[in-house]
Amino acid sequence: MITGSNLEKVLKSGIFACTGELGPPKSAEGHKVEHHAEMLRGYVDAYNLTDNQTAIVRTSSIACGALLVRMGLDPIIQITCRDRNRIAIQSDVLGAVALGIKNILCLQGDHAKFGNEPTAKNVNDIDSMQLIRMLKNMRDEQVFSGGEKLEAPINIFIGAVENPFADPFEYRAYRLAKKVEAGVDFIQTQAIFDMDRFERWMEKVRELGIHKKVPILAGVIPMKSLGAARYMKNNVSGLIVPDELIDRLKAAPDKKEEGIKICVEAIQHLKTVEGVAGVHVMAVAWEEIVPEIVTRAGLYPRPKF
Amino acid sequence: MIVGKRKPLPEIIKAVEPYEKVLVLGCGECVTVCMAGGDKEARETALALSLARKKAGKPAEIESHTVERQCEFEYLESARKKIEAVDVVVSLACGVGVQTMNMHYQDMLTLPGLNTTFMGLPVRQGVWMENCIGCGDCVLGETLGICPIARCSKSMLNGPCGGSQYGKCEISKDVDCGWHLIYERLAKFNRLDVLAAVRPPKDWSTSHSGGPRKMVREDVTL
Ligand code: SF4
Ligand code: SF4
Repeated sequence: MITGSNLEKVLKSGIFACTGELGPPKSAEGHKVEHHAEMLRGYVDAYNLTDNQTAIVRTSSIACGALLVRMGLDPIIQITCRDRNRIAIQSDVLGAVALGIKNILCLQGDHAKFGNEPTAKNVNDIDSMQLIRMLKNMRDEQVFSGGEKLEAPINIFIGAVENPFADPFEYRAYRLAKKVEAGVDFIQTQAIFDMDRFERWMEKVRELGIHKKVPILAGVIPMKSLGAARYMKNNVSGLIVPDELIDRLKAAPDKKEEGIKICVEAIQHLKTVEGVAGVHVMAVAWEEIVPEIVTRAGLYPRPKF
Repeated sequence: MIVGKRKPLPEIIKAVEPYEKVLVLGCGECVTVCMAGGDKEARETALALSLARKKAGKPAEIESHTVERQCEFEYLESARKKIEAVDVVVSLACGVGVQTMNMHYQDMLTLPGLNTTFMGLPVRQGVWMENCIGCGDCVLGETLGICPIARCSKSMLNGPCGGSQYGKCEISKDVDCGWHLIYERLAKFNRLDVLAAVRPPKDWSTSHSGGPRKMVREDVTL
């Protein structure tokens, strides 16, 4: 065990894992995060807290993570490279660990132009690969990026994301291998709608043996409405939403039910894909649906350690 | 070359409002080539300013002139007479030219009439592209001639990020993903192995991040 976080325990036990995602509010109302976390309690093993997702200013992921720790839950703090340089990131990592946070997910971060501060300076002092390596060095070598020693060891379960739907497609499995080489302990993927492409990516992942080195959690997003599906298809960078899914939703009398069905089917299928160690359910702004999806997908109850 | 774009006329009109005699000073180098601040644009700008002042009922004497290169003191001497005859100079050179003018003619105010946009090249008539941000530690040798610092929106050294799709950068369908281009270039030269190594964080101290840069070369100083 590295940190012994609930997520790590589930993954190491070999049980098919299930993580959820919470979006901090555009206010200081911590109770909103707690409320959403309460909805997911018992249905997921750990809770991602996004870091100013799509470059929109929100309560910090670490602050929200601390709220979850207080609730006895296991947060996964997201850290992007967009807003902070290596000094700020390392300082925040120490702070997060001090607050009892055990899982940190490394991301590059969407460009600031997508958010509500489009004129902000994009920092990008280090990239997501270097972020992984930096955390690994802080943990395993007790050394900061600049070479100085930490005064005492820290423990972090290090995660990263990979996007099978980004290009060049042929490179995406190798990029995952590179993240493992950089020092990652678990992976969450971008949301999967195009199952064929995901499977082709997984084939390559298995060929490279990456799934044996790190657990891979497959990302899913339940579609709440036709509008939401179209928005994701046309406006969210890095996603592929096939027309068949849009058509299926269009034809369905009850869009919400169909959205749930599509998501549940995806999870059930993912359970059978060799090398997939769990799912990551991203239902931001539709948190209340997570228990139903998890239950219908046969992932409830969650293991207790 | 340095690429620039002339400032919008209303902004220049406003900047010279308090002055009676204005010299619009073009530069014969980069900004001439990118058709933003050469002799032609200096003349046009002077004419437009003059008309605008007449229209506003506050006519002014607006002249234009162009020096061969505004970013070196010696080239500024040839225009001394014209410069000393006015109240203010509007420079259509890059930011370097404007500052060279202000350093050389300390008693004269030189205002910028152009926005210096980037270092780049004309890819075709009327289209310029940024290629280099002058980071001070060139890695083009490793990326086979495509700059990951200037041509990746996130200046990544281990790209491409998850926003790269169909060869384009997530910021716009009109911007090529620099890392996609690097990937193709590496593939072409059979050097995809280069991507396997985790490239360490960049030393930004050689870039502007390290503070204003100054270079002294003993071998050529007088
Ligand atoms: S690596 Fe640095 S010096 Fe080389 S082209 Fe890019 S920005 Fe310019
Ligand atoms: S899409 Fe390509 S160019 Fe744009 S930020 Fe990502 S790697 Fe860089």
